[in-house]
Amino acid sequence: MLGLAPFAIYALVFLAWPLADVVVGAFESGNPGGGLTLANLHAAFSGVYRQGFVTSIELAAITAVVPGVVGLLVAYAVETSPHGSLRRVVTTASGVFANFGGVPLAFLFIASIGSTGMVTRWLAAIGLDPYDHGFTLYSFTGVAIVYLYFQIPLMVLVVTPALQALRPQWREASESLGAGSWAYWRRVGAPILAPSVLGAMLLLFGFGLSAYATAEALTSGSIALTSIQIGSFLNGNVIAGQANVGKALGLGMVLVASLSMVVYVLLQRRVSKWSQ
Amino acid sequence: MVAVDASVYGGEGMRKASPAVASRPRRAGGLWRPVLLLAVGAYFVLPFVAALRYALQSDTGTFSFSAFTGITAQQGFGPAIGLSLRLLVLTVALTLGLMVPTAVYVHLRLPRLRRILDGITILPIVVPPIVLVIGVLDVAPTFAKASPYLLGFEYVVLAMPFAYRSLAAGLAAIDVKTLFEASRSLGGGPLQTLRRVLVPNLRAALLSATVLTVALVLGEFTMASLDQYQTFPVWIVAFDQNNSHVSTAVSFLALFATWALLMVISLLDRRGRTPPAGGE
Repeated sequence: MLGLAPFAIYALVFLAWPLADVVVGAFESGNPGGGLTLANLHAAFSGVYRQGFVTSIELAAITAVVPGVVGLLVAYAVETSPHGSLRRVVTTASGVFANFGGVPLAFLFIASIGSTGMVTRWLAAIGLDPYDHGFTLYSFTGVAIVYLYFQIPLMVLVVTPALQALRPQWREASESLGAGSWAYWRRVGAPILAPSVLGAMLLLFGFGLSAYATAEALTSGSIALTSIQIGSFLNGNVIAGQANVGKALGLGMVLVASLSMVVYVLLQRRVSKWSQ
Repeated sequence: MVAVDASVYGGEGMRKASPAVASRPRRAGGLWRPVLLLAVGAYFVLPFVAALRYALQSDTGTFSFSAFTGITAQQGFGPAIGLSLRLLVLTVALTLGLMVPTAVYVHLRLPRLRRILDGITILPIVVPPIVLVIGVLDVAPTFAKASPYLLGFEYVVLAMPFAYRSLAAGLAAIDVKTLFEASRSLGGGPLQTLRRVLVPNLRAALLSATVLTVALVLGEFTMASLDQYQTFPVWIVAFDQNNSHVSTAVSFLALFATWALLMVISLLDRRGRTPPAGGE
């Protein structure tokens, strides 16, 4: 057991200690000698902060479902393609794009669909300037569009093994029983794939929830996401007596993320039943 | 930035890439496949084209390389890159120094603890950096907060899920026990075995763990900006206020560098993959 000591100590100091501080702090009154309280949590789940959670969860859900569907279709298109080279290119590209993000990505999108971006000017030239129709990159919709850039490749990476596990024998078996393509997908393919696909989407949900850099760089903190609100707490924009509300927000984020992870693990168990 | 490797999410199946689905006889495909792939491809390529075009324009609209050639002369560039590179070295050294012995030890001696280690190392995904940094800034003593290298110690935590999974996958693919016994019978001590037998056998896993850690450190913004140190990504944002052509050029190069790094992994990964032994 002694060989585990360095790792255990490291994880305790740099992971468990800060995490415990956030969890305990969420229940502590910010005032000296104030004792334990539920006031922080109450504040974190009401007013602007409640709205922050709602917006964050909405953003995470949209940027899980839309890239989830697109990524699934891309993975399927690639897996069933007769061209092996296409599969290699898409897999490699997905590995790369899934790692893009943060600040540089925000700038790439400002250059394309920012108010004077290249694509914006193209659309304006044919009379469809999106900025005339209420669109702006520096908003919820804009952030969601940018998140697709790393969420779609992530979905392709995560869901491809599930598609590969669909055995051709199952399709042959269902065809020999008279099933057409639709019946096969409805009765066999979809039920087997569903847990993997949902699990993959939950993973995207987790990433969408915790992303901070892209939204911050794009909107300069003007969008009401929980991660941005925590950031503004840490930047010192604290109302007196609410010092620990930031920790309560953090606790809330961890709870939402843990919940999605638990469901993910449960779904994985179901998946492993089929991939023996 | 998130550093992502398929193996982190139980995607081991990808390694065994069965041609099962692909080998199915093609039925009437239709146009949906090229249309879908072209549309998605355009979404991924256009921002790069737009950024390159914008970076190559001066304010008056004329073509110019000045945004690229002027990067290194920009105020703060040198210190920001310098800090990011020092953090990079610290993080990679700490990550490998900590995770390699731990992963080998658990794999060899405490296989029952593997699940627990899996759980601990996945925690940094459930606890987002933005939450972890609240606690870090709160509990860190003043001397630690006064040093930018505190970030390196936390980056090790952020890199754990990716580094550990890469190493665990690498270890699972070789017969560690036999290698250890063979080395011992030849008189090798544990450290010597680790250095001269295991490390060469784990080269692909070590490289992939390293490159994912590198990508993470070079792109990390959340913790660095909130800890108020100007690493490279923090500098790009701070700098945007001055000249947007240059910051677009920098962003383009940053993503290009990430791309190059990750291509290195996938190439090494392909080369390191030995043909399956008989009976597999």
